[in-house]
Amino acid sequence: MAEQYVAAVDQGTNSTRCILFDRRGRLVSVAQREHHQLFPRPGWVEHDAGEIWNNVTRVVPAAIKQIGAVPSQIVAIGIANQRETSLLWDRLTGQPIGHAVTWQDTRTDRLVTELAGSEGPDRFADLCGLPLTTYFSAPRIKWMLDHTPGLRQRAERGEILFGTMESWLIWNFTGGARGGLHATDVTNASRTMLMNIETLEWDDVLLEAFDVPRAILPEIRPSSGVFATATEVLPGVRIGAALGDQQAALFGQTCFSPGEAKCTYGTGSFLLLHTGHEIVRSKHGMLTTVAYQIGDHPASYALEGSMAVTGSLVQWFRDGLGMIHTAAEIETLARTVEDNGGAYIVPAFSGLFAPHWRSEARGVIAGLTGYITKGHLARAVLEATGFQTLEVVDAMNADSGIALTALKVDGGMTANNLLMQFLADLLDVPVVRPMVTETVSLGAAYAAGLAVGYWPDLEGLRSNWHRAGQWMPHMDPARRTTEYANWQSAVQRTFNWIRPEDQEL
Amino acid sequence: MPGTVQSIERAAAVLRLLAAAPNGLGVADLGNALGLAKTTVHGILRTLHQVGFVEQDHSGAHYHLSDAFGRLGESYLDPNELRSRAINWADSLASRSGEVVRVGRLVEGKVVVVHHVFRPDDSDQDLDVGTTLPPHATALGKAVLAYDTSGASRPRKLEAYTTRTIIDPAGLADELAAVRARGWAGEFEEHTVELAGIAAPIRGLGGLVVGAVGLAGRIERICDSRLRHRTDLVTMVRATAEAIARDLREDA
Repeated sequence: MAEQYVAAVDQGTNSTRCILFDRRGRLVSVAQREHHQLFPRPGWVEHDAGEIWNNVTRVVPAAIKQIGAVPSQIVAIGIANQRETSLLWDRLTGQPIGHAVTWQDTRTDRLVTELAGSEGPDRFADLCGLPLTTYFSAPRIKWMLDHTPGLRQRAERGEILFGTMESWLIWNFTGGARGGLHATDVTNASRTMLMNIETLEWDDVLLEAFDVPRAILPEIRPSSGVFATATEVLPGVRIGAALGDQQAALFGQTCFSPGEAKCTYGTGSFLLLHTGHEIVRSKHGMLTTVAYQIGDHPASYALEGSMAVTGSLVQWFRDGLGMIHTAAEIETLARTVEDNGGAYIVPAFSGLFAPHWRSEARGVIAGLTGYITKGHLARAVLEATGFQTLEVVDAMNADSGIALTALKVDGGMTANNLLMQFLADLLDVPVVRPMVTETVSLGAAYAAGLAVGYWPDLEGLRSNWHRAGQWMPHMDPARRTTEYANWQSAVQRTFNWIRPEDQEL
Repeated sequence: MPGTVQSIERAAAVLRLLAAAPNGLGVADLGNALGLAKTTVHGILRTLHQVGFVEQDHSGAHYHLSDAFGRLGESYLDPNELRSRAINWADSLASRSGEVVRVGRLVEGKVVVVHHVFRPDDSDQDLDVGTTLPPHATALGKAVLAYDTSGASRPRKLEAYTTRTIIDPAGLADELAAVRARGWAGEFEEHTVELAGIAAPIRGLGGLVVGAVGLAGRIERICDSRLRHRTDLVTMVRATAEAIARDLREDA
């Protein structure tokens, strides 16, 4: 019998990828296509959902063809996706209404302030586990319904569907306007601000607060469980899972027990700590989120520390400043100097995420002197990711009452040895990279494979996890303290940059 | 007598014109100057861009010579770039073979470890990225040395690490010829007693060898009962080198 594989589709911020995994969780092929980032106005970031679906229809067959396999060798599709990016589409034609508004988009800045009102940004935190910021979907849905003439009426009549990217993909995989399934999973739903974090259902209080008609919302399903059988791209193959990308990475790192944590380093970076079936409310700016739900088992929860700008700072250094040609070259440039020379870059490009949650903050380069070269700036760019991680780990330790003893890392930036060493030095714990760096895709594959019986249980998945690399801390404690203090004073300088009267509609 | 290659002549003409135009030139400028169709010029520019000789300005409308074109003698592939291209495939090789995997490149006569993946048994291991290996005594080294033109393959003195290390220049030349003939390099107790290794060259655009990827482990795991390198492992290593090379060529 020909070997069987699980196909993971990772619909990310910059690209859409299909990765095939074999029974031992090993990556066997990868196909990838980037899509356009649309910036119609300052602070606006959009994607063309049609382009993204078209990319899915190309990368999936490409990944299968790469190893000379045939579609019948695929036992399940698992979807992981960029979270919170929001799309409305026409139920009858299946056509998107406007572009998808991404998680980085800050157009709802003012709306969010208005919604917070006198009660403040944590107004809905008890119900949904999240603070009011531009990051989550609900304010974005309200904005879209309010800014397209006639759309709200159509939405109320049931002509319009809302979805984050996994819903858009599931809908299209299952036929789109010709009978497509309109569904989401608990992890993605937990990022909308519309789902009640305890009941795992759409919450009337939240729907009313954000003025979102129930008719547009997808059905909420477990993360791992057969959604439907695909009719497009891979006809006859079951869609076995959908998870938000960061939850997928937690699953891919096999963090199945309370206390286990991982940090994924990509465009943004996200540290998630498994808290079991218990809902932990953060006092230090962490988010409460659903980690996953397997079939009809109770959901598992996580605390999340989100850093908006990490890998994207390297991209800015490459594309915005033209200092390097490829992202990887930043390590070469950073190694031309011994240290940061006293320079710190706080990349509050669209405000600061965890643990500060300051949407009015904007970035600074602090400590600039004539001594600073582009090598120092390259260091400062990489170190920004390290310092942001330390802030999140500190907050997480305070909330959970348990100090982190090692950090499991994954994502593209783990190829950067200088950054990984800096992380170990700064956090003063070993930093461990697993054998499969593509944990987002692996997690989606694991969850889908579990749903169709390709893998029997979580223990079987755990035994696939192996250490591929490890960085040990070496930094002098005094230096660590000074560096962190410098960073913190640089962070202070980003606050209160955007004044309320500057905000556009 | 073989003829000349017209597209290379045209590419050379494009390079001359770009070298003389400090503000860069557009596709139409070059087409008019050389009497070539826009599609032809575009194809030449795309290829020159892919090999890193020309760059586009921000608008994408103008092309100019890259900085790298003036420094052709230097290594054209950044070592950290090589690692980021290799990481997925090296992980996969380590997990399939169960052995330590390294990616290396030749720098000033030594093999520098660019990437290191632990043996997947969760035992204590230390990352050795940045350390050097003797090229004549390791599979990784021989896989790059076999394609080297800088003279590193003809050193004055070959140091012995074990009694099996090749220390005779003629013997090394024969060994490297054999590596070229079969496309991979083997190591058998030449660096460390009881250890063996297999490595294959990674070929970038135009066939340039930019480094090698290989695995190493105990003889009884790397070799068969007749002490020959296991063919299944050789196939895996070569497929890994080819996968990394494909990534490099496609996204260049």
